[in-house]
Amino acid sequence: MEKRVTFKGWTLPLCLLLPQVAITAVFFFYPAGQAVYQSLFIPDPFGLKSQFVGLGNFNYLLNDPYYRASFATTAVFSGLVTVVSMGIALYLAILADRLIKGAGTYRTLLIWPYAVAPAVAGVLWMFMFNTRVGVVTWYLGLLGYDWNHVLNEGEAMGLVVAASSWGRVSYNFLFFLAGLQAIPKSVIEAAAIDGARFWTRFRTIVWPLLSPTTFFLLVVNVVYAFFETFGVIHTITSGGPQQATTILVYKVFSDGFVGQDLGSSAAQSVILLVVVGLLTVIQFKFIERRVHY
Amino acid sequence: MATLTLRNVKKRFGATEVIHGVDIDVDDGEFIVIVGPSGCGKSTLLRMVAGLETVTSGKIAIDGRRVNDLEPMDRDIAMVFQNYALYPHMSVFDNISYGLKIAKMPKEEIAERVAVAAKMLQLEPYLSRRPRELSGGQRQRVAMGRAIVRKPSVFLFDEPLSNLDAKLRVQMRLEIKALQKDLGITSLYVTHDQVEAMTLADRMIVMNAGVADQIGKPLDVYANPATEFVAGFIGSPATNFVPPAAVAGAPSGAARLGIRPEHARLTDAGSGRMQGVVTFSEALGAETLIHLVLPSGAPFTVRQDGALPRPVEGEPCGIDWPDGADIRFDADGRRIALP
Ligand SMILES: Nc1ncnc2c1ncn2[C@@H]1O[C@H](COP(=O)(O)OP(=O)(O)OP(=O)(O)O)[C@@H](O)[C@H]1O
Ligand SMILES: [Mg+2]
Repeated sequence: MEKRVTFKGWTLPLCLLLPQVAITAVFFFYPAGQAVYQSLFIPDPFGLKSQFVGLGNFNYLLNDPYYRASFATTAVFSGLVTVVSMGIALYLAILADRLIKGAGTYRTLLIWPYAVAPAVAGVLWMFMFNTRVGVVTWYLGLLGYDWNHVLNEGEAMGLVVAASSWGRVSYNFLFFLAGLQAIPKSVIEAAAIDGARFWTRFRTIVWPLLSPTTFFLLVVNVVYAFFETFGVIHTITSGGPQQATTILVYKVFSDGFVGQDLGSSAAQSVILLVVVGLLTVIQFKFIERRVHY
Repeated sequence: MATLTLRNVKKRFGATEVIHGVDIDVDDGEFIVIVGPSGCGKSTLLRMVAGLETVTSGKIAIDGRRVNDLEPMDRDIAMVFQNYALYPHMSVFDNISYGLKIAKMPKEEIAERVAVAAKMLQLEPYLSRRPRELSGGQRQRVAMGRAIVRKPSVFLFDEPLSNLDAKLRVQMRLEIKALQKDLGITSLYVTHDQVEAMTLADRMIVMNAGVADQIGKPLDVYANPATEFVAGFIGSPATNFVPPAAVAGAPSGAARLGIRPEHARLTDAGSGRMQGVVTFSEALGAETLIHLVLPSGAPFTVRQDGALPRPVEGEPCGIDWPDGADIRFDADGRRIALP
């Protein structure tokens, strides 16, 4: 259903749009434009003047094995964060959906991690797994396992994935629970009477009816893993060891602010901008098609 | 094809008991309608038979086999829900064949059974549509189709017609009755609409606050209500209840008398068994309902032929009825048998 409001003339609609346009211009268009502009130059080491190189920065990046490795790392990282956080959230939501007593408490407790800022969550996990003083490390040591994410690349990846997924479970849980509760009870009951046991019901009724929620979360979580996990990675591994946890966003930071290669950093930002754009387009295209089953 | 037996079935939600021990015997192929006011426990009773609600105590048996602890899918029943509960993401064909697919029936047999059901229910043009592209009556038929293709031993209906408009309801009522006669499947049908109950039922059960007040053929229940509640619930407009003291020449021993509006007639003021004042009358065409107020302040309704003259509002009248037309109840609301 489409609702249209008709305005006479242009003044009022422009005034109404102005605040949003102004904010977008100052905080998005201006910096994005700057990034695009800077990506075409290489500044000298002292930042006094810069030299125009055209697409040189991009050309260099796409042939840089480290940058390509970072792409792969990002894919693995965001894939794992999305699957782990959504999987756990869905499992918990199914349990909560069946729960009658204490459902409120259970829900409230599950929402708390969402309120923890990523950097704080990172510090929390870093201390738990600290190679010298970490509680978990100590217990693992008792079990005979020598945990060291500072040296071991797999362990480093596992740790940042766990820390990034943790807060995300809450968010996904809320959406999954709402999605499950929106499925009419009688439809599930009808399926049970038709002979479907729990798993068959889940596969043939619940999962398809949940698919708009799942798809929405999929996109949102990939975007999260791409862009909002900076704090976690910065506090726990700083992209190491051997760049094993350097995702694209972290590389923008480490090349630009640590390595002072501003031209390359700007070019990387532009590439990320394109990625976000693509994700958004996919989301809108699919949501339009999938929501109406 | 099966019998259905309920023995002293009770249901408690937490501390509140909502079904206080119900006994029902449904014969093979019989159409039983459970009727009662909202909240009396009809749905709860049906859902216990379906296995969607646990049974607190008592026994439910289908074809002599105790099913209390069986899951819904193991009871060989089919149910039609009030909101139809169709699978929104599946076509009509998939909705109807869902149960058959789960039972791993061969494809050809599924297609054949769906075709038969679709023909019977006039759903053939709609098999590839989604439920949201159907009208209420068509959705209702899909829900029926889903129930009949599985050839269950027992059909359960929970107010399947209450979401339809009046005309469609009459039509679907006839279709359901014809279909059930055709298939001969034992059926339990819940409704709060007494007309549905009277027209559909082989036997009906009148429920009152978790108790089955009376079980019997519709016309027997109408003619011989076992309790004051049944007399008041079955029949429209509702039975008038008056204390015997207010009636000239009242029989002794009864605590309350019930007089059906269709048995009472108006007489001249001062004659008849009771006196009243006309408050207003409703002319419905074939019949007229005349509402009076008794000297005690209680209302009284008389139903008379539409051709008879209508009394003027505010006019005093006498009320009379034939001997034996009054239904007598004791202080507990139970029927007193005629001597
Ligand atoms: N899950 C439940 N928990 C607690 N009480 C319940 C539950 N389900 C039903 N009840 C109560 O049991 C009683 C009977 O409910 P039921 O749904 O069987 O009524 P009904 O006869 O089907 O009414 P209606 O005609 O309105 O559908 C009601 O008083 C209701 O409040
Ligand atoms: Mg009900």
